[in-house]
Amino acid sequence: MNKLLKLSAASLLVVTGFSVNANTLSDVKAQGSLSCGVSTGTPGFSSPDSSGNWSGMDVDVCRAIAAATLGDARKVKYVPLSAKERFIALQSGEIDVLSRNTTWTHTRDTSLGLNFAGVNYYDGQGFMVKKSLGVNNVKGLDGASFCIQAGTTTELNLADYFRSNKMDFKAITYDTSAQTKSGFEAGRCDALTSDVSQLAGLRSTLKDPSSAVVLGDVISKEPLGPVVRQGDDNWFNIVKWSLNAMIEAEELGVTSATIDRTSTSPSVQRLQGKSGKLNEHLGLDKNWSRNIVAQVGNYGEVFERNIGMSTPIQLPRGVNQLWIKGGILYSPAFR
Amino acid sequence: MFIKLKSLLYNNEVRAILFQILTVVVIAYFAYQAFDNMMLNIEQSGIRSGFGFLNDEAGFAVNDNFFLTYSPASSNLQAFYVGIVNTLVVAITGIFFASVIGLIIGIARLSSNYLIRKMATVYIEIFRNIPILLQILFWYSTALSILPSVKNSLSFMDSVFLNSRGLFLPKIVMGTEFYLVLASFVIGVIVYVFIKKRSNKKHDDTGIATNTIPHFLGLIVLLPIAAYFVFGAHLEYPALKGFNFKGGTGLSIEFFSLAFALSIYTATYIAEAIRSGIDSVDKGQKEAAAAIGLKQSQVMRLVVLPQALRVAIPPIINQYLNLTKNSSLAAAVGYTELVTIFSGTVLNVVGQAIEIIALTMLVYLAISLVISLALNIFNKKMEIKGK
Repeated sequence: MNKLLKLSAASLLVVTGFSVNANTLSDVKAQGSLSCGVSTGTPGFSSPDSSGNWSGMDVDVCRAIAAATLGDARKVKYVPLSAKERFIALQSGEIDVLSRNTTWTHTRDTSLGLNFAGVNYYDGQGFMVKKSLGVNNVKGLDGASFCIQAGTTTELNLADYFRSNKMDFKAITYDTSAQTKSGFEAGRCDALTSDVSQLAGLRSTLKDPSSAVVLGDVISKEPLGPVVRQGDDNWFNIVKWSLNAMIEAEELGVTSATIDRTSTSPSVQRLQGKSGKLNEHLGLDKNWSRNIVAQVGNYGEVFERNIGMSTPIQLPRGVNQLWIKGGILYSPAFR
Repeated sequence: MFIKLKSLLYNNEVRAILFQILTVVVIAYFAYQAFDNMMLNIEQSGIRSGFGFLNDEAGFAVNDNFFLTYSPASSNLQAFYVGIVNTLVVAITGIFFASVIGLIIGIARLSSNYLIRKMATVYIEIFRNIPILLQILFWYSTALSILPSVKNSLSFMDSVFLNSRGLFLPKIVMGTEFYLVLASFVIGVIVYVFIKKRSNKKHDDTGIATNTIPHFLGLIVLLPIAAYFVFGAHLEYPALKGFNFKGGTGLSIEFFSLAFALSIYTATYIAEAIRSGIDSVDKGQKEAAAAIGLKQSQVMRLVVLPQALRVAIPPIINQYLNLTKNSSLAAAVGYTELVTIFSGTVLNVVGQAIEIIALTMLVYLAISLVISLALNIFNKKMEIKGK
């Protein structure tokens, strides 16, 4: 009997032991690395190279958080997740932050126990069609078949758009982005629909990129950004301000090359950690924002390096330009 | 009093019962604790729970839909039903063809013809030893690359079309005309069954066999066709309009690839079950049947198979269950069955993993239990007859 009691007590611990821990920062520090959820391969946003090194816009958000919390942008453990798996991985605590071209929607923000910490890319849903169809806008796609990746807002937007325009359509939903592409290539569908940022990358990987065109129409708002669990406000603040630090750095004209130069500007000094106490309430080192800019770069650098005109993706800044230059990127006051 | 209690505790029977009760209590307690803890965690992390989401608007389109009405404006519950129906359709189709192919291959495995025997062996060894997921993907990509595009569809009498998107068939227009045709078909079947029964009785009584094939053709094939023209019933034909075929009805290429792969794969196991069943029938049975003058095909149909099936049915039940469960691999090719629709898209829109996965598991459990119940009843019937 005694044995049984001990056993049941032990099992009780197991059963009740896995409640969600609410201090992500100390967990990350204890592990010595940040566990960051990324995509299984989206060119320009998160994709591994042949030797397993990850790069991209979303990956740089992970690196910025690692630089801020651990002082080293390399201390990230990347967890590739499909669209379907991503929220469960975050909810269950398998990852510390999700940075995987995830659209900020009302439902996701309010019913999944998650918080969106900001926007690192303002995207929209677009279409890629076979050139041979001779279609040059979405209105010309009445009755067409579409290849879509399952588990994305794309599925819902497509249905919404065609319903509101009283147009007919067929949707063929695949599990992964790669399958969606091969379905399109094989002629299973007339058009492929996805976020505009991904279409350019997908098109460049087609066997014959010139056989397809990306239409100019954009049918939805897709603000993409990092996501954290609810219930850890400090961690939420760290992720939010890591992203803002990159935007602020660009606005101040500070790059990874110039971050350590002595400056008389109080704003730059705050970013360098030389004045102010912006680190204290986050529970981070004084150097946190300096480390982000020095090791990862400002937003403009990150953009140009991963998806800018010099890369195969060749995306223009568009709305993802600073507010002072006609875009909508805007960091709240860094003071 | 105490001594009595102690002796009761050392009573073997009492102990056995006591420990069983204790085990049940402990298991129930842990299950309850786990559930309670889970609900608490969900509540604390601010995740929505409960089944209210079933009434929300689904908002997405579904490609394959057989009998139900569904549009993006339908509820998640309706999407759930569409998923169940699609799973059942592909499972039933797969079970039917896997049984037919399995039976043929199983018999061919024991053929006296060297080539047929070896070909059946090669078929089994190849398709049994390749993972089913790879086979599904293989048939899907093969179908996509071999079949022509929509614009160059293969057409049969301008009413049936086959292309890389699927098979498009004429659809029956429901109405009085159609019901009259249906009625004539039913009458034809009833009359034919009556004639067949009478000829069987005559055969049993007098030994004179009557050929009922002309009756079959006349009553079951020609009568409904005649009715179709006489009553002026009509079909709705598919036609290429714009990007796709409109009108009529269609079966997607995803459905075909999945059903085909599942049938081909599962048939190998069914064939082996049937072969071992036939092997188990005593040689004397075949010789005795041949001795009373039965033809080779009659020996197989009337004597060997009924006894062989008795042995083969339990493993075949397992294969039917496996096929049904394997149909959840549909996500790989985008056939919209239960897992793709419900624990795929709906889960991602709603985010309530526990409720959605639990419902999905419940459906598979129910389907599997029904299949095994049905076949167990059939098995019982066969057993009694045999003994």
